[in-house]
Amino acid sequence: MLAMNYRGPYRVRAQHKPDPVIEHPGDAIVRVTRSCICGSDLHLYHGMVPDTRVGHTFGHEFIGIVEDVGSGVQKLKVGDRVLVPFNIFCGSCFFCQKELYGNCHNVNAQATAVGAIYGYSHTAGGYDGGQAEYVRVPMADVGPTIIPEDIVDDDAVLLTDALPTGYQAAEMGSIKEGDTVVVFGAGPVGIFAAKSAWLFGAGRVIVVDELEYRLEFVKRYAQCEVVNFKDVGDMALHIKKMTDWLGADVCIDCVGGDAAGSVAQTVTGRLLKMQAGAATVLHWCINSVRKGGNVSIVGVYGPTFNAVPIGNALNKGITMRMNQASVKRHLPRLIEHIRAGHIDPKQIITHRIPLEEVSDAYHIFSSKLDNCIKPILIPPRAHEVRAVTASVAK
Amino acid sequence: MENRTMENRTDMQQHDDHQGHTHDLDQPCHHGHTTEVQPQLRAVRPTRDQMSHIKGWGADLERENRPGVPMERTPPRYTPADIAEPSPQPQNVEVLVSTERPGITQLFGTVQPPSGVSGMIRRAAFSMTESDIRRWLLLLAADRVQVVEGVVDDLAHGHVPNILGEMGIKSEWQYNKAGLAKKVAIAGAIGAAAYFLLKRDKNAPDDRWD
Repeated sequence: MLAMNYRGPYRVRAQHKPDPVIEHPGDAIVRVTRSCICGSDLHLYHGMVPDTRVGHTFGHEFIGIVEDVGSGVQKLKVGDRVLVPFNIFCGSCFFCQKELYGNCHNVNAQATAVGAIYGYSHTAGGYDGGQAEYVRVPMADVGPTIIPEDIVDDDAVLLTDALPTGYQAAEMGSIKEGDTVVVFGAGPVGIFAAKSAWLFGAGRVIVVDELEYRLEFVKRYAQCEVVNFKDVGDMALHIKKMTDWLGADVCIDCVGGDAAGSVAQTVTGRLLKMQAGAATVLHWCINSVRKGGNVSIVGVYGPTFNAVPIGNALNKGITMRMNQASVKRHLPRLIEHIRAGHIDPKQIITHRIPLEEVSDAYHIFSSKLDNCIKPILIPPRAHEVRAVTASVAK
Repeated sequence: MENRTMENRTDMQQHDDHQGHTHDLDQPCHHGHTTEVQPQLRAVRPTRDQMSHIKGWGADLERENRPGVPMERTPPRYTPADIAEPSPQPQNVEVLVSTERPGITQLFGTVQPPSGVSGMIRRAAFSMTESDIRRWLLLLAADRVQVVEGVVDDLAHGHVPNILGEMGIKSEWQYNKAGLAKKVAIAGAIGAAAYFLLKRDKNAPDDRWD
């Protein structure tokens, strides 16, 4: 099959590799029909995540058609149209039993600090991802969700990560009615976090980024205020001046270790890899939020350490919450929001690129070319209608 | 809430006027040897009527209805109540296992098993705990070593990797010609400087004995 193939930092290509096979009775094989490139894929692409092996296929945001199921699969059947949450999880472990599906303890042999994620290095379990024609999906009766008839593919693929992560980012901010919420990052997750903040009752939403085209988009899409940090001297001071000198009630980090905005952080975190990515936005969050406020983190950092002003967090009495999104628990509510017209996820898709051109897709997204916000990859067999699908339908 | 769009410092100053005071962002607020006493600071919050233009505003305002509340919820709602622990996956390839586990997990990824020099480094890394910084630094080192192994492997299979193509040079040319020209110019300048320095050193007359 054709699949994205990692060759090293800033180098990927489309290459044929063997089709995935059923390795466990609970597995399914899914033929991918849509696969996104996520902002967190760029951390892998930039070589920032340890144990990212050459030959790995990225991609944790994908939907597709079930092509094959293992002997133990009871609910899914061949031909089902499914969205696959980016978390791989068993449903039965200590953490899954608490609905912490992003923290499953039965699926990642290689690290205890990380759950398992499709196509996200061996630190996240060593599973190939969905930027391919086919993908192995473990625990097929637990993770994948059959896509309702009225949810179109472009909305469904954004329900696998970007929208639930943005929504959970806002939820973890414990927003109260009238709160001022500052979202750092106007990428897809930041855009959805801003949109979600209104659902939780925010009184004011401010989005910070450096790219004018993204700020223009989010201002229109999420009806929020925007700040270009390149126009601002000191971010924390600016936010305080915007918020009656008290600071924001909630600050949300939707950027992670690839942040710009601080030379010292960029050099130590991104160039020299002396810390697990640039902690610029963590600084801004802690120093911009009000005393007693909440900081929510969904931006991805590496497993080593980061230089953050934790003393300020202590002295200000900040509550910090963070996690990989527990996608499955948010899906029913988010589907309701889509149906009610509160959120139209597919509007953020700017590029549809054949899988064969994955090298350029990554470069366009990474370098923010052509006003790119969200690219999706279309595999060659995305629209193939197989005879087996028709027979199941009967 | 009528003025809800701002982009720059000028806009912000105008917006802050609603608080009954202005901020000159380019000037300090104190003068001479004295400092003005700050006014009583209060956050101004909009009314519900002022938020009515946002579709869906407050739909998830009630905390108990939020899907993420409580943070830990047992029994889970979205997975089968009677689900059994998965049976162990048969292991047919080498899988490195964290020392912070008593054994391999029931399920695991099997792609790209460790191999070559990078594999040796990864095995060494996995002898350390996840709390040990050396583990992660070794893994990063193994990643870089494997990049070289990948090029060698390509060549060994008769494939000359199109490194510029893998880096997306086509899209760079399509959307960022100026940036590409700049990168080429910088690379050319560095290359020329290096060549010049090497050449000069090689041909420099030895005047030590003059």
